[in-house]
Parts: sequence; C-alpha cells; structure tokens
Amino acid sequence: MSLPDERGYFGSFGGRYVPETLMPALEELTAAYQEARRDPSFWQELEYYLQQYVGRPSPLYFARRLSEHCRGARIYLKREDLNHTGAHKINNTIGQILLARRMGKKRIIAETGAGQHGVATATAAALFGMECAVYMGEEDMARQALNVFRMRILGATVVGVAAGSRTLKDAMNEAMRDWVTNVDTTYYLIGSVAGPHPYPVMVRDFQRVIGVETRRQVQEQTGRLPDVIVACVGGGSNAMGIFHPFLEDREVKLVGVEAAGCGLETGKHAATLNRGRPGILHGSKSYVLQDEDGQINLAHSISAGLDYPGVGPEHSYLKETGRVVYTAVTDEEALEAFQLLCRTEGIIPALESAHALAQAVKMAGEMPQDAIIVVNLSGRGDKDVQTVARALGGEG
Amino acid sequence: MKGNRITQRFSALAQEGKKGLITYITAGYPDLDTTARLVKTMVEAGADLVEVGIPFSDPVADGPVIQQASARALANGVRVKDIIRMCADIRQKSTAVPLILMTYYNPVFQYGLESFARDAARAGVDGLIVPDLPFEESEELLGHTDHYGLALIPLVAPTTTEKRLAAMAPAARGFVYCVSVTGVTGAREEIHTDLAKFTQKVRRHLQLPCAIGFGIAGPAQAAAVAPYCDAMVVGSAIVDLVARAGTGDPAPAVAALVKDIKCAIEKCA
Repeated sequence: MSLPDERGYFGSFGGRYVPETLMPALEELTAAYQEARRDPSFWQELEYYLQQYVGRPSPLYFARRLSEHCRGARIYLKREDLNHTGAHKINNTIGQILLARRMGKKRIIAETGAGQHGVATATAAALFGMECAVYMGEEDMARQALNVFRMRILGATVVGVAAGSRTLKDAMNEAMRDWVTNVDTTYYLIGSVAGPHPYPVMVRDFQRVIGVETRRQVQEQTGRLPDVIVACVGGGSNAMGIFHPFLEDREVKLVGVEAAGCGLETGKHAATLNRGRPGILHGSKSYVLQDEDGQINLAHSISAGLDYPGVGPEHSYLKETGRVVYTAVTDEEALEAFQLLCRTEGIIPALESAHALAQAVKMAGEMPQDAIIVVNLSGRGDKDVQTVARALGGEG
Repeated sequence: MKGNRITQRFSALAQEGKKGLITYITAGYPDLDTTARLVKTMVEAGADLVEVGIPFSDPVADGPVIQQASARALANGVRVKDIIRMCADIRQKSTAVPLILMTYYNPVFQYGLESFARDAARAGVDGLIVPDLPFEESEELLGHTDHYGLALIPLVAPTTTEKRLAAMAPAARGFVYCVSVTGVTGAREEIHTDLAKFTQKVRRHLQLPCAIGFGIAGPAQAAAVAPYCDAMVVGSAIVDLVARAGTGDPAPAVAALVKDIKCAIEKCA
C-alpha cells in the first residue's frame, strides 16, 4: 500500500484543509517525519521505549470463558489495555514526542475526549521534560474526572473548552487555535488518524505495531491468520493500527465498530461512516456527521472516546473500497459487553473497546468453533466505571 | 476578472491615492434583517468593500467574538441559501459596494462548488474567502469561481514562505488578504509582525492589492497599518459592537466606528 499519495490523499479522502498560517508547519512536519521514517535510529529509539517503558509487546490472549459463553468462534483479545497508561494511545504519543524532540519543539499541545490520549500525551511530555497543555471539552472533563486528575498529576495543564458541544470536536478546534497562535514553538500532537496530512499516515504508522504483533502472535498461537479482526472506531487509530498490516490478506475480514449511541435512527449517535457523508472537518476530507448546510452535527455516545462527528480519512477510503466493513453498536449493547467481559474474564474494558467486543460476541455465535476472531481491546475501563455505574442505576 | 467590482474599487482607490476599508459582519447575527441593515450602515459610513461571513459550526481560524456570533446565528437557524438571497437583496437595493462572502470550506462543499459559485455570482457577490482552503486544495473551486466571475481571494500569513507565495500566485484573484498575526481573528492591543517586511515579501510575488486583517481594533491601529497596505479589514471589533448592543440597535455604534477608522486612514493616505 503506497497510500496516501504525496498530498496526503487516500483515494478522494485526506488532504490539508487548514489556515495558511499552519501550512508551513505541516510542510515542516511532513519533511521531519519523512526524514525520521527513513532513519533506523529513530525506530530503534521508539522500539526501546515501546518495550522498556510502554511494556510491549502486549499479549494476545485467548478469552476461553468468553468464547465458551458465545458458543461459536474462538475470541482472542489484543491486550492494549495492558500498556502503560492503559490504552493504545501511548504508542502514538511516544512516537510523536520523539519526533517533536527531533524538531526541537519544547511545548506540546493535544486535545482529548475520554482522556486516554491526554493522559498518554501528558505522560510522554513528562518523560521527555516538555511543557504540555491538553484541551478537553467541559462535558468530557465531567465524564472523565479521573483522567483530568491524572493529567494534572503528570504536570500537564488541562484547558477546559466551554464552546459548542463541549466535547472532543470543540477541544480539537481549540487546540488548532492554540497551534495557529503558537505555531513557532509548539508541536500539536494529534491522537487519532485524523487531521491534516501527515497526521493520518503518521499516527497509523505509530499504531501499526498493534497489527504487526497481532499477526505474529496469532500465527504462533494458532498456526494461521484470524478470520475476523474487530476494532472500535471513533477517530479510528486503534482500528487503523490493527487493520493495516492485514489489508492485503483478503481472507481476513476486517470490521470497524462505530458508536450507535441511543440508536442509528434516533440521531443520537457517533456513527460517522454509517450515517455521515463526505465533508471537511479538522483539516481533512473524510466522512462527517453534518446537516444539509455542512454544519457539523453533535455526536453522541456513552463513550467519550467515540463521541466524535468525524473519522480518519483512511477509514473513509477503506469503507468506499469495501475492504473494511463498518457496523455500529448501541450504548446498551456496549454496556452489556462491558459487563460480560468483566464477569467471564476478569477484565474491565474501556467502553470504547466494549463496542468492538459487543460486535465480536454477536459474530462469534454465528461462526463455527474453529473460527478465530481477534478483538482489539484498545484500553482498560478504570476511567469508565463511574459512567457505567450511572448507566446501570448505581449498582456498578 | 475584468469588470469585477473588487478590481474596479481598488483601481479607484489607487487613483485617488486612498486606502480602502473592508468591514466584516457575521450574517444572521442576531438576524438577517439586522445584517442587511448593517451592511448599508457600514457602506454609508465609508466602508469600501464589505465581507459577509457565513457562519460555520467549527470556525478554527476565528477568535471568540466571531465564534460566538457564528454559534448564535446558527442557533437562530440561519441558512446558507438565505444569506446568498440577502446578498441579492442588498445588491438590488442599489449599492455598488463589492460584496465578499467569507466562510469555511465545508458549507461551500456541501452546497456544491459549482452551485455555490453560480448562485453567489448571480446574487451579485464579487469575491469569496475560505480560510481553511489553502491554494493546494483550491483548484477545483477556482475553476468554478473563475467561470462565474467570482474572485477567490487568497490568505497569506506571516509564516507563509517565499516558495509558497510564488506557488500560489497563479491562483490568486481580487486582492491578497494578509493575516497580520500568527493567530485567530480578534482585536488585539498590538500587532508585533513587521508589516513592512511582510507586505514587501507578499508584493514581490503577488501582483494584487494587499489588504491587512486580523487584530485591527480601532482608528489608531488602522492608521498605523495603513502605510503598508492598500486596504484593511476590520471584523471582530464590529461584531463585538453588535454583541454589546444586545437587544438594542447596533447601527449607531457600528457607523461611528467605521467613520472613525475611515477618518483615521484617510488622513494617513
């Protein structure tokens, strides 16, 4: 796969739609990344931190009791929840911080929804002694108070965003405004495969480690490739990371799971690829939830990490080519899957990952017992237990 | 681009040895009737060109004043087609002022690039500014705007390199919007950019009138900026007056500000 092209396009999706002030910074970033990408010492250093600091490789775990419950395919979990800071987000933040350091930047900004990317950024900034500001919608700050506290302990400034829906979309707008203002000194560390070129390809490259390991591990453990890989999709970085090394393996079915929220028909969801249409948001052309005039709609999901009206451009491309199938799972189904994993395996998954699990459970029951499903367990659910407790009426 | 009102206005200003004043207003804030009235008010008070902002839900190049005005306008239900219709009304009711639409790319993209260029031009709009559409992505839209005689006006920033200026020259129409600061729209106490150096660099590559915008708060700054440009843009300071008027009539305050700024730059010219 040689995508994206030089201008950052995956088919008709991607590109750079940002204020002119930022264009030279994107050109500089692209050049710096291309140079680093060709430099073996860059990858060696990244590998060192991924192994010794993040705790990679993460296990590929056969969920026996969960599989027995489903009475069908064997379900394996790629345990990104066991990474340092508790999610896949750290793979990318370490990669980008190393790049920012190479570029001589001293100040890091980021935006976060559920807080996992914010925590991962604050962590990496602390590790390399950089100043860090994280933009977060006030609604998300209330939903994810624990992660706000973690970021502050790590030395980051958390900036509450009161505009718009007070969620990830508005935090991203505010981070871009900061970047436009402080572009000379500041590195904008985007947490998903979204944003203007080169972010979608760069974040994908840093997350590919998930799929590369999965490929090796599943072959070691089962002697073959899986039948299905399932991952949740908000912006889409964990999904892109696990899917990418399998794109050429046509026999492996790839399933991206969006948040159907209260239901696709209710309008209260975050199912961008299922219900959106192509548009331009946050620097690239991709599927977007929007009204007739192109005003961006508010997304809804019980999971703050999926509550985003856009999606990475490569996912839009993979949807249009049909290589990846994108489904959606409701809040209620995700909550059920969340509890199921807790009780069958003693693992508390992030609500984001619970969406992928719910889809896997649905599929497993309809597949033969020798079939293999890999679920990307993108993060752990500590941050979500209060949300779940509230949703279950306090019994959590 | 011959016969375009923007080009004509800049030639007239140059002949008179005067600096132009471009005023911005967010359409639909607080409502479209007020917007139409304010356009008239600004023209009568001395505005040489008028920018009408089509509000967008996620205006990343704008500061808090225009962001809030846009959010309020959208909450009141303003639609793109109604704004274009309003422009047609303004044009019919006389005024020869060049009208420029400013909006983000997604509303234009959803309207349809060709339909947007056609409908805007038919309504008597003369130019279009899209702050999140760098020249690398503008080719398709430019084909349509050129076809319908609408000037697609480029933005340049203090960070824009000579190489980029040279590359964007063939795609530049109308005038060059020089963003005076690295940052978002909004009145500022001081502009730290070396405007002389910045505009010289721009003029070396782009043979079009230069307008300076972003951060011009009032007469004193306008006078300070005037020597370096052919026109200047005042936006947030005007929108802020609309916000301050609350339920009252913002027209007197807007007229006074436009007159003050016009007076300040004419002395300087």
